[in-house]
Formats: sequence, structure tokens, C-alpha cells
Amino acid sequence: MTLQECYEAIGGSYEDVSGRLRKEALIRKFVLKFLDDPSYDTLCQAMESKNQEEAFRAAHTLKGVCQNLAFSRLYESSRDFTEQLRPGQDMQQVDAVLFARLKEDYRRTADAIRLLDPAEA
Amino acid sequence: MKNKIRKKQKVLIADDSEMNRSILADMLGEDFEIIEAVDGKQAVTMLQKYSVELSILLLDIVMPEMDGFEVLAMMNQYRWIEDVPVIMISAETSPSYIERAYELGVTDFVSRPFDELIVRRRVLNTIMLYAKQKKLVSLVSDQIYEKEKNSDLMVNILSHIVEFRNGESGLHVLHIQTITEMLLKKLVQITGQYRLSASDVSLIGKASALHDIGKIAIPDEVLNKPGRFTPEEYEQMKTHAAIGASMLEELPFYGEEPLVKIAYQICRWHHERYDGKGYPDGLKGEEIPISAQIVSLADVYDALTSKRVYKDAYSHEKAIQMIVNGECGVFNPILLECLQSIGENVRSELQVNSPNQHSQREIHNVTAEILRHEELGVSERTLRLLEHERTKFQFFSSLSQEIQFEYTTQPPMLSVYDWGTHQLGLNEIIMNPEEDEALIGVIGKDNLHQLTEKLHKTTPESPVTQFDCEIQINGSPRWSRIISRTMWFGEENPQCTGAIGKVVDIHEERLQMADLQHRASHDLLTGLMNHTYAKEYIQQRLKNRPDGNFALVIFDLDHFKQANDNYGHSFGDQVLQYVADKLSRSIRGEDVAARVGGDEFLIFLEYKTDLEAAIQRIFRTLTGEFNGFPISLSMGIAKTENSQNEYDVLFHRADQALYAVKRGGRGRYRYYDDSIKDTLSVISSID
Repeated sequence: MTLQECYEAIGGSYEDVSGRLRKEALIRKFVLKFLDDPSYDTLCQAMESKNQEEAFRAAHTLKGVCQNLAFSRLYESSRDFTEQLRPGQDMQQVDAVLFARLKEDYRRTADAIRLLDPAEA
Repeated sequence: MKNKIRKKQKVLIADDSEMNRSILADMLGEDFEIIEAVDGKQAVTMLQKYSVELSILLLDIVMPEMDGFEVLAMMNQYRWIEDVPVIMISAETSPSYIERAYELGVTDFVSRPFDELIVRRRVLNTIMLYAKQKKLVSLVSDQIYEKEKNSDLMVNILSHIVEFRNGESGLHVLHIQTITEMLLKKLVQITGQYRLSASDVSLIGKASALHDIGKIAIPDEVLNKPGRFTPEEYEQMKTHAAIGASMLEELPFYGEEPLVKIAYQICRWHHERYDGKGYPDGLKGEEIPISAQIVSLADVYDALTSKRVYKDAYSHEKAIQMIVNGECGVFNPILLECLQSIGENVRSELQVNSPNQHSQREIHNVTAEILRHEELGVSERTLRLLEHERTKFQFFSSLSQEIQFEYTTQPPMLSVYDWGTHQLGLNEIIMNPEEDEALIGVIGKDNLHQLTEKLHKTTPESPVTQFDCEIQINGSPRWSRIISRTMWFGEENPQCTGAIGKVVDIHEERLQMADLQHRASHDLLTGLMNHTYAKEYIQQRLKNRPDGNFALVIFDLDHFKQANDNYGHSFGDQVLQYVADKLSRSIRGEDVAARVGGDEFLIFLEYKTDLEAAIQRIFRTLTGEFNGFPISLSMGIAKTENSQNEYDVLFHRADQALYAVKRGGRGRYRYYDDSIKDTLSVISSID
């Protein structure tokens, strides 16, 4: 899968990201790096242990990273979920559907990145 | 810039997402040196460490430990925000966030997603803006300094012109200035009536040089007439006061300058008299400004003690006498008092007072004044000096191979210098050291607490304290002595601003002491306690726990003499060491095992209910053989419950029980009971 195909598969905007980060090699580097970003795992753990402050921070970070990489679909689901966790909201009342969607979007994104071709010439 | 190998400017990026940091680092890395912080706390640490070396801070808002707003608050508190511009890089876009950030001094925003061109441009613009501002600040402060120097110069040139025309040496101006300042300082000491600050003293001193500038308008033949003045000439001469004043009054630009205002008072009124009979205005008493009163007195004193065309110099004593007697005018009694009490010093001051020294004294005054005003900004020059001192200190510190540290209370921060950080495995800078886990790991919570207590007890008079404790150095505990000195600021009500100190290794010394103590209290062959020490120790235990259940056991090795006789003394020693080793392993931590002497040993143990089980276990463990030599014991036991807790009684009874065993065929143990009350004992003297 090429970088463009990958962006298509995950509902991202390659055009946007290449306009901002400019070099393909750089974009590839950061896209691959996304798999190592701990925010998603942190978010899941924090949801499990009902630590709202940490969950909010992790969702917020995930959102920021997706925005920078123009992972539009995952950005939207993490943005919506971040709002659910914002200080002052009740964690008990989070929308399970939104969390499920976030998980599904993350899985699809991560899967597609794993299928990325090795660096193109 | 002339220097081609220019150091890259430093950019601090504070964001909890590694991803975001590296995107920014990639965008800026070519032109800048990137420093990263993973949370707010680390950002503050870096700000502290690099301070003005940082050209800019890119700051996220939502971060663990300390969020972006808290970082901004600290930057305001410690005024870093004045030197290090901040660009917010948060994904937050709500107006309330943005407004709060601007209020806290943020210069600009970069919103997500990051765009390489925008990020680079914003960072560059902000840095340039701040650099311009910094340059302006240093330009202004240097100009103020220049101006100060120039006005001094102008005053001196002007006053000298008058003097040279007057045929005087030029020293008169300096003398007046010196006496004026001395009188002023005395006056401030004696009374608070005139509300004079150090800068007033300095200004009046400077302005005093201008007291006679009006003489420039007096015709030569009058000014330099050797004999007495005619009444007309005298009237003409008197006009110099008013003329000098109006010269200053008519200055086109500087009329509002404090120096000019004071010079005006001095020029116009330095010939007024305290009784109202002076000129030009006939002011009386305190109507005459204090500046003019003082210069007037200084002028008269110097005129009397200097040689003039029309007279010789009077001696100091004569001059004082003439002034006090009212022969040269009427003066404020307080000022006469001042003149008399500084009398002794005036002569020597005037004699040594070369122009160069004078300016040094001036610098001294100005420095004192600057120190008084903490709100004054730090000039570029001061920063350079500080930097110089810091480099010097770090150099010597790195050569000394000592662990050195510095602590400041505001903010609470501990700095450990290069060599020490390697030794201790600590960060160079530790914020809130009292709660820092790494530091607590190295020194220990209790020790840290005790050290803090000791530092709290110091005073400005006795600021040095030392504290011995074990510290983890290179990962293993070593006895160390922490010598520190608390730092104080302010003279009247000193505040503790922190402490400096070093850590000295006293491990070997301490071990030697411990070793000596151990040797004095333990048996050399077996390493068990010796009898004397064991006795002391047991007595203490008995005293501390009068209602505890204790047992004292004495045993010896059956037929030990044969081990020595058949196999030699060194074999005998080995047997004793073997038994001692087994013995010390078969008792519990609190219990005592000691060698009484020869092949006789002592055990002291505490028990709850079942003493018999413990005795059996020990007896069985020790019985056996060593390299073919059969080890068999005879053992006597005495319990505290029927012996009034006296060591000697207890020992004697165990000894009696032992004697009974030996008589009854060895290889056994028995408890003391009343049936053997009157029998003999093995070791104890019979009384």
C-alpha cells in the first residue's frame, strides 16, 4: 500500500498533510511513528481504571496528533470523545457508542499503517 | 554577524506528545537547537537551567504534572516571561483559553495542524521581535550610564572654569564636594529631620560643585582683587549667587532635572545666614534649603583652611574655633555639631582625596543605591558579570572533585554541580527538592528532614552547619559529611535566600571508628561479643524490660582440652570458630552470643512461653562433630523469673547449673533450681 492509498483507506487527507509537512519521507516517518504513540493505549487503560483526568489528557493528545497527521476520521472520533471527558463532565455518562467508534477507527488506522509498503524509491 | 560559526539559538518545546515534539523538532531543527520537555514541570526545570539562553518556548496547554497555564504563571512569577517569548501550540481553540493565555503573556499562537511554513515564520518573527526589544533595553540602560558619566563630567568642567578664572587650584570644588558629603552623612546619622536618601546625598554632593558658577559674570578685576573690596565691589561680588541661580533657571532643556533643581538652591542661597542676615533673599533658619546650608558651611570651612590671594591658610583647629565662635557667619546648630564630630576625619579625607578616589567613592554610593532598589532591571553588564562568576565557579568546582550544591528558596530549587550529578546519579537541577523522589532515594527521607531542620536553625551570624549521614554514592552507601552555609539577603531584616554547600566523604574515617569500637567490644578469635561488653549490653536490656522473660545460658565444650592436646592449638581455635559460627546462626537478632573465655560461651535470649524448645534447638544444633572431633556440650540455664533480674545473680545461677551438669556426667543441659542453691560454680567466684 502506498502512502496515498493508506490515507484513503483510513479516511485521512494526504493532500492536507503533504501541503503542511511537505516532504514525503517526513510524512512516512511520522505515520509509522504513530504506531508507537502511547496515547491510545493510555486512553484505554485510563477508561478501564476510571481515571478521567488521564483519559481526557490521552484523548486530547491523540486528537492533536491525528490533526497534525491529517487522519481526519480518527481525528473526528477522538475530538468528539475528548469532549465527553472534559473536566466537569461525568465520566459515568460517556457515550459508549462514541468510544466504540473511536476504537474501531483506531484499529482501522493502525491496520492500514501496518500494511504500508516499505519506503518507495 | 562577523562570527561565522554562530551558535544556534535554543528553542524549548514543551508538549507531552512525543509525536508532536518530533514534528516540531523536524520543522525547526535545521535552524535551531531543540530542547524538549515532556511536561510542565520539566519545562520549568529547563527554563531555570537555560534561562535567557532560550530564544523561545513552544508551549502546549494540556500536559501532565503541570499544565501550560501553570508554567506561564511561574514564568510570570519569576519574570522569565520578560526574556523568553512563548508561543502556544495547543489543540485548544476555545476563546476563554486563548484569552487567558494572552493575559499570561503569550506572544502568539500556532494552531493545529502544524504547518511547516507557518511554524518557522512565527518562531522567527517572535524571536526577532524579542531580540530587538532586548537590544533596546540594553541600549537604554547603557545610555543612562553614559548620561550619568556625562553629567558628572559637565559639572566638573563648568565648576573648574570658574575656579581657574578665580585663580584657585581646582581642588576647591573637590573639597567642597567631600566636606558636603561628609556633613550630609553625619546629618543623616544624627537626625531623620531632613529625609535625605542616598541619591539625595549624591546629588547634593555633585551639585555643590556648581555653587559659584555665578562668578563667571563677575568682572576679572573684582573677582581677583588682592585687597579689600570697596562697598560697591562687594555689592557686585554678592550678585554671583543670584546670577548663578538664574543661569540654571534659564537652562532651556534641563530645568526639571533633580540635579539642576538642587544646584539652583545651592547657587542662590549658599550665602544666606541662619539668623536671616545673609544675601540675596535674607532667608532665615529652615527657610534656607538644607543643601544650601551645608554647602555654605563647607565653603566657609574650605575658604578658611585654604590659602587665598588675600590670606594664608588657617589650621583645622583654628578654622573650627572661628566658625563655632560665630566669626564667619551664623549656622544651623545641628550642622555645627556635624562639623565638629567629623572634624578629625575632614583633614585626612581632604589630603588623600584625589579625583580618582573621589569617583570611586561615587561608584560606591551608586552601587549601594542600586542594591537598595530591587525593582531596577538587571542591565546587560550585570548579566555579563554574573555569567563570568558562574563560569569561574563551575570551573573550580569541576576541578575540585567534590560534590557541590546550591539551594535557592525562591523558587525552591537545588542545583548540583557537574561532578556531583555523576556521583549521585541526580539531575543537575531539582525543583522542590524536599519532595523529589530521586533525591530522597539518594539521601533518605529522614536524613533530608534532619538536614533541613539543621539549616532552619542557622542564623545570619552563624550560617554554617554540618551533618553526617549515609548517602548513596555511585549506587552504594557511603558515610558523608554535608557542610552547608545558608545565604542571607538584606541588612536590617535579613531573609534566607538559600544555601550553598558541599559533601565530603568521611566513609573510611567512619569505618575505622566503627572498627575500633567493634574491636574493643568483641572477641578477636570468634567475632562474638566479649564478656565485658555482653554484660553491659545484657544489663541494659534487663533494665529496659524489667518484666520481660529472659534466660541466660552458659555452656562449655566437653573434653576441649583434648582437641588442643591431640591436634594442636590452631585446630582448637578452629573448633571454637566453628562453634561460634554455628552459635551466632542459631540465635535470633535480639539475642546475644558471647565468648566468656577459653571454651566457655554465653547466650542471652528472650522467650515468651516455650523456653525449652529454644534451648533444645540450640543444644542440638551445636552438638555434632568438627573434622573428626566430637562436639558435645555441657550447659547451664538460669531464668529471670526467679532471680530478680540481676545480671550477677543470673550468671551465678547458670554457672551453678553448669557445674551440676558437669558433675552429673556432661553432654547435657539443666535449669537452675533451688535444689542446687548452695552448690559450687564453674566460673563465678565463690562468695
